[in-house]
Amino acid sequence: MQTGPNPDKTALRHRTGTSHQDPLAVRVILIFLTLLFFGGFVFLPLALVFAEGFRKGAAVYIESIREPYAIAALELTLTTAAIVVPLNAVFGVAAAWAVSKFTFRGKTFLVSLLDLPFAVSPVIAGLIFVLLLGSRTTLGSWLGEHGIKLIFSTPGIVIATLFVTFPFVARELIPLMESQGREEEEAAVTLGAKGWQVFSIVTLPNIRWGLLYGMILCMARSIGEFGAVSVVSGHIRGMTNTIPLHVEILYSEYNYAASFAVASILVFLALATIVVRSIMENALHNQQQTQF
Amino acid sequence: MSIEIKHVTKRYAGYTALDNISLNVDTGDLVALLGPSGCGKTTLLRIIAGLDTPDSGSIFLEERDTTGIPAREKNVGFVFQHYALFRHLNVFDNVAFGLRVRPSQTRPSKNEIRDRVVYLLKLVQMEWAVKRYPSQLSGGQRQRVALARALAVNPKVLLLDEPFSALDAKVRQELRRWLRKLHDDIHVTSIFVTHDQEEALELADRIVVINKGRIEQQGSPQEVYDHPANAFVYNFLGNVNVFHGRLRDGKVLVGDHLIEAGKRIGHHEAEHGQAFIRPHEIGISRIRSGKNDIVGFIRDIRLMGGQIGLELETAGFDKPIEAEIPRETWRNLELSRGDEVFITLDRATVFTGDYVI
Amino acid sequence: MFRASPLPDKQTRTMLPFKRNRRQILPGFGLSMGYTVFYLSAIVIVPLATLVAGSFRIAPDLFVNTVTSPRVLASYRLSLSTALIAAMFNAFFGFLTAWTLVRYRFPGRKVLDALVDLPFALPTAVAGICFATLYSPVGWVGQFLGRFDIQLINAPSGIVIALIFIGFPFVVRTVQPVLAELEPEIEEAAHSLGASRWQAFRRILLPHIFPALLTGVTLSFARAIGEYGSVIFIAGNLPFRTEIAPLMIMSKLDQFDYDGAAAVALVLLLISFSMLLVLNSVQRWQEKAYR
Repeated sequence: MQTGPNPDKTALRHRTGTSHQDPLAVRVILIFLTLLFFGGFVFLPLALVFAEGFRKGAAVYIESIREPYAIAALELTLTTAAIVVPLNAVFGVAAAWAVSKFTFRGKTFLVSLLDLPFAVSPVIAGLIFVLLLGSRTTLGSWLGEHGIKLIFSTPGIVIATLFVTFPFVARELIPLMESQGREEEEAAVTLGAKGWQVFSIVTLPNIRWGLLYGMILCMARSIGEFGAVSVVSGHIRGMTNTIPLHVEILYSEYNYAASFAVASILVFLALATIVVRSIMENALHNQQQTQF
Repeated sequence: MSIEIKHVTKRYAGYTALDNISLNVDTGDLVALLGPSGCGKTTLLRIIAGLDTPDSGSIFLEERDTTGIPAREKNVGFVFQHYALFRHLNVFDNVAFGLRVRPSQTRPSKNEIRDRVVYLLKLVQMEWAVKRYPSQLSGGQRQRVALARALAVNPKVLLLDEPFSALDAKVRQELRRWLRKLHDDIHVTSIFVTHDQEEALELADRIVVINKGRIEQQGSPQEVYDHPANAFVYNFLGNVNVFHGRLRDGKVLVGDHLIEAGKRIGHHEAEHGQAFIRPHEIGISRIRSGKNDIVGFIRDIRLMGGQIGLELETAGFDKPIEAEIPRETWRNLELSRGDEVFITLDRATVFTGDYVI
Repeated sequence: MFRASPLPDKQTRTMLPFKRNRRQILPGFGLSMGYTVFYLSAIVIVPLATLVAGSFRIAPDLFVNTVTSPRVLASYRLSLSTALIAAMFNAFFGFLTAWTLVRYRFPGRKVLDALVDLPFALPTAVAGICFATLYSPVGWVGQFLGRFDIQLINAPSGIVIALIFIGFPFVVRTVQPVLAELEPEIEEAAHSLGASRWQAFRRILLPHIFPALLTGVTLSFARAIGEYGSVIFIAGNLPFRTEIAPLMIMSKLDQFDYDGAAAVALVLLLISFSMLLVLNSVQRWQEKAYR
C-alpha cells in the first residue's frame, strides 16, 4: 500500500534534530568550548608548522626539503613503508580470515594477542629488537659473523616498524568480516568454488574498502613512527635516518626552519591520510548500507 | 481526563504529516488510532504527549490548553514501540524512575516509592522480576515493565505507540487481551496507535481511522467495521474483493455482470463505481439462487482455521474472487477443486469516486 | 583501540586450542591460522618474550636496584601521574567533543570530525616539536603565558599538554558511536516521566555512555604511559623532574646499559599490560551493560 521511503522514519530523523535540542545557550557554549579546544590543540600546531617552516623564506623551505639528507630520509621512510604495509596487509587478511570465518577455542585470546603491540611503548618496541638482534646476543653475533647487520641499519628499522604497525589491518578487517558472516563464502563453496576463488571472487570485493583503510592507517603510522625507529636506527645520517628522525636531528641542531619545513611534509601526509580516511569511511558506510 | 485535539497540522519537509486534525477523546476511553504506516498517527500521539509540537492547532487536556507544554511537565504516560527501557537500571529502578526524579517537595518517601512500584509490578504481573535487567526479559515482559513505568507517575493520559508491533503473534494476542482487562480495571484515558486492524477492533472502545494525515472515520469498532464511511476504510479494515465498473442505477456494471449493491454510498449514477465485498459476505451454492448469480470455478481451496478459503475463477472478471465459507457449508456442499459453483455478490457495498487501492 | 573480542560459543569450549570446528566447510583454515600464528610469533611474541626472558638473566639485586633507584622511580611516578592527569582532561574534552559532534549541527562540523584523527595520523615527533615551540618562552603561547609567569616547557604540565593531544582521539572515538546510537526514545521516555534535562543527562545518558567513556579514558591513559616522541621535546628531560620512563630506557641504552634498559622496560611493560587487563574487564562489563 505504501510506496517510497517510510515517512515515519524520515520524521524520526527530523525529530531528533529539532524538538529535543538543548537550549541555544548550552549549544553555543559547548560548541565554543569545543572550537577553543580544537583551536589550541589542533589548529595552532598546524599553523605553527607552516609559519616556522617559512620563517626564513620559501627558498630555505624548498632547500631544506631538497637537501640530500632529507631526500635520503624520505627514501628510507618510503622504502620502509613499501615493505611493511604489504607484509602486514597479508598477515591482516590471513588473521581476519582465520578469526572471522571459523570457530575455534582460544579465539578471544588470539584476538587480544593481535592487539598487543598497541600496549607496548614505542621505545620498548625498539628495545626488544635491539636485545634480540643486537651484536650482544647469540643470534645477533651469529648474524654479525656472517656479515648481516640488522640493528642500526635499514632491516632493524623495518622490523621495528613491522611490530609497531602490526595490528592495523587485522583489527580493521576482523569486525568487518565478522559482521559479514560466512554465508556468502559457504554459498560459493557449495557452488563448487575452490579456496582461492572463494577468497578473490567473494571475500575480497566485500572487504576491499576495509582492507585499503587498514593499509592506509598502517602506512601513516609506519611513516610517522619515531620512538621505536629512534632506538634501532643508530642515527647514522644519510644512512639510517627516516623523516621523523631527520626532523628531530634538525630540531636539536637548532635548525628550526629546516626542521619545520621537513615536518610540513609529514603534516601534508597526515592531512592526506585524514582526507582519504573520511572518503573511505563514507565508501565503507555506503557499501554497508547497500548490503542491507 | 478528556482529550481535545483542535485543528492540529504538522508538516515535515516534503510532506504533511497531519492535516487539520480535530478529535475528542472521552474520559476513561481506550481509543485506537488506526492507519497505514506513515499516515501521521504516531506524529499525532507524540504531539499529544508533548514530544513534538504542532505547526498549528492546539491540544486540550481536561479543558486546559497544553499545546506548548513540554513532555516532562505534562504528566502523560508514554509507552514506546521498542519499550525504551533504561538498560542500565533494573526493573524496579526503571519503574521507580518517574517518582525519583520529582523535586524533593513532591517526591514520595522511599517506602511509598517501593510500595507503588511493587503494586504496579503486581498489576502487570512482573513482581517476580524486580531485580532483573531489561536485557534478561522477553519482549512481552519488557513491554509490561514499560507500561508499569509509564503508570507509576499516575498519568492523566496513557499513550501507547504501536505497543505490540515488536512482539510475535501469540504474545501479541495475549498481551492485547491482558491490556484490555487492565484498562477495564484502572480506567485511565488511553490512546494507542496501531496499523493492525484486528488489534484495533479487538481492543478499542473507539477507532479513529487515519490516512495521509486526515481522519477518514471514527466510531465504535462495530460502526467502523460494519459501516465504513468510504472505500479506504472498507479496504483497510480487512480482506476485501474489489470490482471496478460503471455505476448504473445504483448497480455496478463489471463487464457483462451487474453487481447489486446491498448498500450504496455516494452517487446513483457515475462513470466509475466500485463494489466492495468481504470474502465471508459472498454466497456460494451448487444451484442458482438469484438472477444475478455468477458462474465460477473453484481454482483453489485453502484451510484457514475454522473457515475455508476459496479462490474462484469467473469468466467476466479479470481477477479471481476470494471467498470464505464455514467448514460445515464446505462439507455439506462437497466442494472440490474444479467444481462449478454459483456466486452471490448482492451484499456488496458500492462506492463512487476515484479512490484507487 | 582494543576491540571487544567475540566470545567463543559454548560448543567450541571443549575443543583443542586453535583447532577448527570440523563441521565448517570453508577452506583455508590451516593455511591462514598457521600463517597468523607464525607471523604473530615472529614479530610480536618471540621479541617480547626475549625481553622478559632477558630480564631473568639479570642478577636479581641489580634488577631491583635499577628499578628502585630514585631517578627511575621518579620517572615512573612522572609518567603515571602526567598520564593520569591528561586522561582526566581527555575525559572532559573528549566527551565534550563527541557530544558536540554528534548532537549539534554547525558549520565546520565535518572538518572537526575528520581532524579528531590528527593525533593518530600526525607523527609524534612533529607534534612534539610543535608543542615545544608553541610553549617556549618566545613561542606564540609561551610568550603570552610568560606574562603571567607560567612556564609549561621543561615542566610536568608541558608533558600533560602533549599527552592530552595524543590521547583525546581515543575518548572521542569510543564515545562518539555510543552517543550516536543512543535511541532518542530513551531520552524521550525520561522526559515523559517528568525528568528535567539535567536529570535525563545525569541519570540516563551518562550511565549509558559511561562504560565507553571509561574505555576511552583507559586507552588514552595506557597510550600516554608509553608515549615518547611528542613528550621529549617539551619535557626538557631534567633528571628527577621531567624525565619520563621511556626516556629512562633511552638514556640507559645510550650508555649501553642494556640490562638496566631491559629492567626499566619490563616494569613499564607490566604496568601497560595491567592496564590492558583493566581494560578487558571494563569491556566485559560494557558488553554486559549493552546486551
